Amino acid sequence: MLEMETASREQPSTREEVVAGWRTVLPACVAVLPLGLALGVLVVHTGFAWWWAPVLGAVVFAGTMEFLLIGLLAAAAPLAQIAVSTLLVNFRHVFYAISFPLHRVHGGGWKAYSTFALTDEVYALTATPESASWSRARILSIQALFHVAWVVFVAIGAGLGSLIPAQVVGLEFAVTALFVVLGLEAYKVRRSLPVPVLAFGCAIVAALISRENMLLIAMGMFVAALVGSYVLSTRRRHGV
Amino acid sequence: MSDPVYILSGIVVSAAVTWLLRAAPFAMLAPLRHSALLAHVGERMPVGAMVILTVYALRDTDPTVLVSAGPAALALAITVGLHLWRGSMTLSIFAGTAAYVLVTSFIAA
Repeated sequence: MLEMETASREQPSTREEVVAGWRTVLPACVAVLPLGLALGVLVVHTGFAWWWAPVLGAVVFAGTMEFLLIGLLAAAAPLAQIAVSTLLVNFRHVFYAISFPLHRVHGGGWKAYSTFALTDEVYALTATPESASWSRARILSIQALFHVAWVVFVAIGAGLGSLIPAQVVGLEFAVTALFVVLGLEAYKVRRSLPVPVLAFGCAIVAALISRENMLLIAMGMFVAALVGSYVLSTRRRHGV
Repeated sequence: MSDPVYILSGIVVSAAVTWLLRAAPFAMLAPLRHSALLAHVGERMPVGAMVILTVYALRDTDPTVLVSAGPAALALAITVGLHLWRGSMTLSIFAGTAAYVLVTSFIAA
């Protein structure tokens, strides 16, 4: 008993860690509320049964792709086209493995869920240096709460469907605002301007090349530029 | 259109590809976890990824058309300004989105 008390004093309890995770994820949940509602409304307005909305939200769990997928499914697109579209839209996720603290999530099943639920928002919330020491309970509670919130919002949106007047538009700006705010938070970590300026340049060039595939092109150029800057800086250090 | 088997197949295919993209890199990057290159890239990725995602989210906004760029610029200014001033993610996102919805739904339309 005494040993247990000492242990609990040294390390925060699982419950505290879960609550800490909720505190971290709450703003992201608020941010995707309008988006989840909009997705649910879109599912119903496209002509699908309302319950497809929560199924879509729970199984795909990649916001941008879900919006795109509704259009593809409505057009009865071949499964191969759905696979390729998903590959292009979600390819950016391969870069998230670089810093996401999966090494803190022990156990094969938990790791499987943690990678499954590695959305843009979860990546951004864990893209702080402190996350490398977060507990499994905190990381998983962030992901699970975000997952549950998303499915509930999408279901509510589908339920409200016809009640939201068609002239109310622009709810999708919530995601833009979320990325802006998370970008400001990420900027505070290093306070270096050249990196965001470089990323902005990559995004603009990619948008000019192909608006549909700009995410993949921009991310690829940006990572290539970072690798290039690393190679240059080590050469300079070694006097080559 | 409402063939449930087709819809479910489409959802499962999309989910499988998404999961593969999210999980596979961990196995491939595992040997490189402690490399200085990955540390260099990983440190600079988050802010850059958010900038790129922001531009992507605004890709349908035309910077040369006032009714398209105006509401976006106003809502961005409110979001950034509030965030620098108050530092509350929830407040910044909510206020920025509310401004955008109001302007695009009732004024610019």
